[in-house]
Amino acid sequence: MREASHLRTPMRRVRGLGAAHSGTGHFWHQRVTSVAGIPLTIGLLLVVMALLGRSHAAVVQILASPIVSIVLLLFIINAVYHMWIGMQEIILDYVHDDKWKLLSLMANTFFVFAIGLACVYAILKLSFGV
Amino acid sequence: MAEVEAAPATGAERARPLSPHLQIYKPMLTMVMSIVHRLTGAALYFGTLLLAWWLLAAASGPNAYAGFEWFMGTVIGQLVLFGYTWALIHHMLGGIRHLIWDTVRGFEPAEREFLTLATLVGSITLTLIVWVIGYLAMGGPR
Repeated sequence: MREASHLRTPMRRVRGLGAAHSGTGHFWHQRVTSVAGIPLTIGLLLVVMALLGRSHAAVVQILASPIVSIVLLLFIINAVYHMWIGMQEIILDYVHDDKWKLLSLMANTFFVFAIGLACVYAILKLSFGV
Repeated sequence: MAEVEAAPATGAERARPLSPHLQIYKPMLTMVMSIVHRLTGAALYFGTLLLAWWLLAAASGPNAYAGFEWFMGTVIGQLVLFGYTWALIHHMLGGIRHLIWDTVRGFEPAEREFLTLATLVGSITLTLIVWVIGYLAMGGPR
């Protein structure tokens, strides 16, 4: 690095967080959630295939079993974080107008929280049989 | 881009050269699959609405679940579900390809073509296997 480009303080360079002040955190989290997503996606597919053609009562009984509930909870929590980062990346790539960018980033956050909470609520309701 | 061309051609505001974008390049398999990876990701984003509907219907009771099952039995429902299955499997396999590339392996021309083609062939094959097993479990198409 040339001397003339040393406008950043030594502390800033050591932290290496860049202009967004968050460094490569999202990049890494996207990798972590993609690795976790492989077995969880296979788990989701197996659960859905095991439920095909069954009555509502049988479906509820299977979904309420601890191992199935936990796999589905892990899938949805992992998925909403993964897709929150992914959609944010898409928005930042294509939406350049500040107003629309902020609104769509906000809508992204609202959507993943709502969808995540709805799924978690449904799974817990099935699990605890309330 | 219109703003750039309309700017006065003096000083710092003159039109600067733009880097080439998609329409410059001949479509290649790796490039198309890169776009498809993003598209399937975006489709799955909205596809989680199906997942939420399914779980909420199951939690709500037999009538709500019957409504969900009815929709999934229609031609549109089956197409949506088939598309969701393929997008899910394709995005998973594409993700595995990207994880391999993250380790700086598989970048030779033949390797990256193989990985990309394997993603496509694998996702179509696995989707068909899942659906054949699914139909067998249902006792034939409804």
